[in-house]
Amino acid sequence: MTSALGEPNAVAITFFLLFIVLSLGITAWAARRTRTADHFYTAGRSVTAFQNGLALAGDYMSAASFLGIAGLVALSGFDGLIYSIGWLVGWPIVMFLIAEPLRNLGRYTFADVLAARLRQTPIRIAASIGSLAVIAFYLIAQMVGAGNLIRLMFGLSYELAVMMVGAVMLAYVLFGGMMATTWVQIIKAVLLLGGATMLALLVLARFDFNLLALFARAVEQYGDGVLSPGRQVTDPIDAVSLGLALMLGTAGLPHILMRFYTVRDARTARTSVGYATAFIGFFYLLTFVLGFGAMVLIGRDAITAIDAGGNMAAPLLAEGVGGTPFLGFISAVAFATILAVVAGLTLSGAATLSHDLWVSVVRGAKADQREQLVVARGATVLLAVVSIVLGIAFKGQNVAYMVGLAFAIAASANFPALVLSIFWRRLTTAGAQSSMIVGTVSALLLIYFSPTIQVDILRNADAWFPLRNPGIVSIPLSFVVAVGVSLLWPVTSEARRFGELERQLHLGVESAE
Amino acid sequence: MSSSTLEAVSAARWRVAISLTIVMMVVYFGFILLVAFNKPLLGTSVTRGLSLGMLLGVLVILVAWALTWIYIRWANTHYDASLDRLRERGAGEPAR
Repeated sequence: MTSALGEPNAVAITFFLLFIVLSLGITAWAARRTRTADHFYTAGRSVTAFQNGLALAGDYMSAASFLGIAGLVALSGFDGLIYSIGWLVGWPIVMFLIAEPLRNLGRYTFADVLAARLRQTPIRIAASIGSLAVIAFYLIAQMVGAGNLIRLMFGLSYELAVMMVGAVMLAYVLFGGMMATTWVQIIKAVLLLGGATMLALLVLARFDFNLLALFARAVEQYGDGVLSPGRQVTDPIDAVSLGLALMLGTAGLPHILMRFYTVRDARTARTSVGYATAFIGFFYLLTFVLGFGAMVLIGRDAITAIDAGGNMAAPLLAEGVGGTPFLGFISAVAFATILAVVAGLTLSGAATLSHDLWVSVVRGAKADQREQLVVARGATVLLAVVSIVLGIAFKGQNVAYMVGLAFAIAASANFPALVLSIFWRRLTTAGAQSSMIVGTVSALLLIYFSPTIQVDILRNADAWFPLRNPGIVSIPLSFVVAVGVSLLWPVTSEARRFGELERQLHLGVESAE
Repeated sequence: MSSSTLEAVSAARWRVAISLTIVMMVVYFGFILLVAFNKPLLGTSVTRGLSLGMLLGVLVILVAWALTWIYIRWANTHYDASLDRLRERGAGEPAR
């Protein structure tokens, strides 16, 4: 089968331009409402539960989960499901442990929750290191992915693609702040969920809407193995380690946590996670259908002929069942997906740099709203430039591990300190600070010494650390350090402060106060 | 009346949150450990075109949905009502 993939496609370009015009229009509208730092970070806390549910889903469903998982399922069947599930099960944890207290205790970033009960300066610096590391690795992975995908789908050069993504994303965040970023996420989530649903229905139509007939055909073509665990999971400990990082990392991603400040109150935050969990679970079930659809209708050889990693399985499937126009639509949706995710990441990075570091640490919380907004916008420009430069610098590198690394750092550096600061009275500044630093450094070091870097990238014969995913070591280590340091050097005034905050943790900031 | 003080509300909320978290973790890691240690079992065919592993995998997603639904139901009725009672008594009571 010959494919129109990679050739300029009128429908793709039309849909893509429509998306750009619509999203920049929204940005212009949002820009008029973004006059204070409060609006820039939180969209005036006016986002509804349903909107935030879609926006959370939009922030979370990256190109890696759409194209990557569909490709993984197409090439290895059942194994793709393991990733889909791991990416979903973090959401109930976010709801049970994090969402409501986070909304009640903080203002703009998750570090606010820690700073509410611990000493500002050291805690914000430590939290910023973890946050910025997560954001940097996630951004590099997305930018490199963007360059490759756009080259494959539209035939543009890698560098031009990276610069375009950087420029459009900059426009959203710089002018429209959280309001524009939220609407870009919502539109992208609707397009992605709608596009994936249509594609799945077109696939199922070929099998009389009998899902099992599709799977049975896959077995006929590729053997029983496609329905059972295979090559992807070889080491049990590594499987658990990956699972831990995926599950707890979700609850430590700065750009996801920041979304809870865009809603009115904790109850709305709670409901929005319910919507997000429903959308994301539905989406991962769809990707499973798409992967099998591509395996059966397009064929593994045709998929790997275009991209060895299988990333083009979903676009090829779209072309196979819906012709060139549908390929164009799905390509434009994939592009929108990347743009939205990088915008969300950049905004949370800007919040860390300006709110956590500049305003709270450098200026001692003495900056007015105008100064905060100026600094936040400056940080946005800086991050956009850095992400374009890194995107180009990492051209041609294997960056697939970076998303896993981002999740590992989020789970090891951010999650333990955050959850302990919500639950544990005796946590001290030194405990939280050392836990965040140990979490970041151990995740980084263990990945460096793992087969992922040593064998796959540096082509050494052996790796000092046997696991590909550091979570099973770095997450418990980070908890142990936090608890150990807090117990060895207790600070009674900080435990008392936790008692004072307990009412706010449940009831939020009360207007009477 | 149950859960009328801040301590009681707090304790009830964490009890529910931690129980649901543990259920989610047991279900998810149970699935992962089966994948890791008993691949042949998960490869067993339930019916034509469906293996036990796929059935269980989809069940994990359904469990995740069900648990979030249970929590929202609980919080919207019990937790919110307790919070409203605390709020009514307002700031008159010293924060503890």
